[in-house]
Amino acid sequence: MRILLRNPNREVELEGPLSVREVLRRVGVAPEGVLVIRGDTLLTSDVRLEDADRVEVRPVISGGAA
Amino acid sequence: MRCSRCRDAAVLELRRYRAAYCGTCLVAHCERQVERAIAEHGMLARGERIGVAVSGGKDSLALWDLLARGGWETVGIHLQLGIGDYSRHSAALTRTFAAERDLELVEVDLTEEVGAAVPALVEGGQRSPCGACGLSKRYLLNKVAREEGLTVLATGHNLDDEAAVLLGNVLTWSTGDLGRQAPVLPHTSGFARRVKPLVRLSERETAAYCVVRAIDYVVEECPMAAGNRHLAHKAALDALEARSPGTKATFYQGYLRQAFPVFHPIAKRDLVLATCEDCGSPTTGTRCAFCRMTERTRRRASEPTPSVTPRARRPSRLRSSPAAEAR
Ligand code: SF4
Ligand SMILES: [Zn+2]
Ligand SMILES: [Zn+2]
Repeated sequence: MRILLRNPNREVELEGPLSVREVLRRVGVAPEGVLVIRGDTLLTSDVRLEDADRVEVRPVISGGAA
Repeated sequence: MRCSRCRDAAVLELRRYRAAYCGTCLVAHCERQVERAIAEHGMLARGERIGVAVSGGKDSLALWDLLARGGWETVGIHLQLGIGDYSRHSAALTRTFAAERDLELVEVDLTEEVGAAVPALVEGGQRSPCGACGLSKRYLLNKVAREEGLTVLATGHNLDDEAAVLLGNVLTWSTGDLGRQAPVLPHTSGFARRVKPLVRLSERETAAYCVVRAIDYVVEECPMAAGNRHLAHKAALDALEARSPGTKATFYQGYLRQAFPVFHPIAKRDLVLATCEDCGSPTTGTRCAFCRMTERTRRRASEPTPSVTPRARRPSRLRSSPAAEAR
């Protein structure tokens, strides 16, 4: 499966099947700080991803102080 | 995973509520939290025209969407900060959002108003990029509010933002700021009322709201944000929240209930407002911080190697209102 990480954009290839929770663990991302999106749908941590899947891992943190 | 409310397939877990929501229930949850914040703090009155500060990011677009769908009369205000591709992309997404929903949008170009964009303000002044940027935003939003006759400005500050600012204020014991960090700043002469209807929602909720509502927002970070103190405070709170969900909400809500009333009278005493001799804005000195910063920037720009490149003159104010054109 292809994992698109944002800010900065980069791609990681992982072998499925894996749960969303496990994918986040492997790419070293804290689950609370991101949304995982397949197509236009949000995925919860228990969703199983297969080799053919493409998902985006999108941070939710924004940095402006004002 | 199933939605805690309707048992449909869930799209988002919220550990702080020990709940998961489907798309429909998540949208309803966000609407409820915004309605509750507005009612709890008396933020808005029906019939008022509300200026919504829209950057093109998830929070401000979610806010605009929630207010417009809630039947509030709004006008979006977008400030072009001149931060390269980031600003161009932000403006494009804001315009698309407004056009698709037939909402009125006012755009203001910082370079035209001030003579420099945010990166040049950084070089021109002693403040950090975010300090100079925040100062400019406050000033320009107020200016637009005055020109448009707006009595209230709404911003997209969320629970994470407010908790991080609060942590900063506590770490430095900024007693004045601790007496002013309310979700409603009342109208004072020259300043419109400021309200923050998203204070009951985390950034995870506002981002998820945008995805569910198919709102295309700027995902990229502002290139100037990296390493600022605000992000460090957010990271510290995130670590606490991960161990103990609900920490941020308890910290911020507890402040509003227990600490704000204690600090508020002190802040009021500190704040003696005069009028800026340059621009007429309220200030504590003779000239406001914004005018002092722009003067430093201009002085810097007129030095032999200018840090500000002159640009072709174009109108600094653009207005798009599909509804008005159709009329
Ligand atoms: S991160 Fe800083 S410089 Fe960038 S828009 Fe926000 S306040 Fe302005
Ligand atoms: Zn549901
Ligand atoms: Zn001034």
